[in-house]
Amino acid sequence: MWTAILLACAGCYLLKLAGLSLPQRVLAHPTVERVADLIPVALLAALVAVQVVSDGRSLTVDARVLGLGFAVVALLLRAPFLVVVVGAAVVAALARLV
Amino acid sequence: MLEPALSPGERTGIIRDGVAVGVATGAYGVGFGAVAVSSGLSVAQTCVLSLLMFTGASQFALAGVVAAGGAPMSGAATALLLGTRNTLYGLRMAPLLKWGGWRRVAAAHVLIDESTAMSVSRSSTEGARLGFLTTGVSVFVLWNLSTAIGAFAGEAVGDPRTFGLDAAVGAAFLALLWPRLKDRRNVVVGVLAAVVALSMVPLSAPGVPVLAAGGVAVLVGVLTKRQDPTEIPGVDDVAGGHR
Repeated sequence: MWTAILLACAGCYLLKLAGLSLPQRVLAHPTVERVADLIPVALLAALVAVQVVSDGRSLTVDARVLGLGFAVVALLLRAPFLVVVVGAAVVAALARLV
Repeated sequence: MLEPALSPGERTGIIRDGVAVGVATGAYGVGFGAVAVSSGLSVAQTCVLSLLMFTGASQFALAGVVAAGGAPMSGAATALLLGTRNTLYGLRMAPLLKWGGWRRVAAAHVLIDESTAMSVSRSSTEGARLGFLTTGVSVFVLWNLSTAIGAFAGEAVGDPRTFGLDAAVGAAFLALLWPRLKDRRNVVVGVLAAVVALSMVPLSAPGVPVLAAGGVAVLVGVLTKRQDPTEIPGVDDVAGGHR
């Protein structure tokens, strides 16, 4: 685990430094820029899906879906990040109590 | 060309905004700390991520993949792919900040969503640097403090399901994704990526579905022609940035 963590830390720093150091023409290739720009969107969406309706090896629906439902409503109401995250946790925890 | 110096009022405004974003962002470091520990990372590993990786989405991603039972290296790969976003920010910020040598090396560490959002719209180098530094440094200090608090709290909680911490992770990713969903193509990419990832879950090792979803980004990026207006975060897109 430590190896993966330290490698990822070093890599993330180098990605930041590269951005400040690389010549501007790297961005000149529109396909490269579009792909790089869409990667976070795809990965974050996939992370949401996998976190909420899977337990690692199979798909399952449980209280986490209600938590995500709360998060959607809170985000639509422009609630702050902490309210979104804590609220989702509280909703899921309450649903498990019922 | 000489740029007009910032007035004391402008300086105070930029500093105040930067610190406000730092406080708001720092506050959810508690969430990261608690989630990371409940994912199976130690308190030390959690704190090292905030100190050295210092880019929230990548940190959450590593913890999330590990929590789902993925290999540590799958988590690292997902974190790195999400970290490429900061490279784009750097390319956009470099001509504004105009830093070289050790200053650039140091500045790179605090090149994140928030510091970019709070300086990319400034009209002078002095203003951009001040916005970048006050936001970057205040987020760094508070994010690390709150990570440690959250990590110890998470350790005390034990099973992440007790307080719904497992549900908090999905909500955190959605909140990070939200500003990008103002663009319709991004919604399509997000839905496709989620479908691809979920259909891969029963077929592959944990951690792989999320990486496979990155393929959707490559495909759509190659096949479409339009630029994305939400690519670089604005003041309204970061915690504490809007009033």
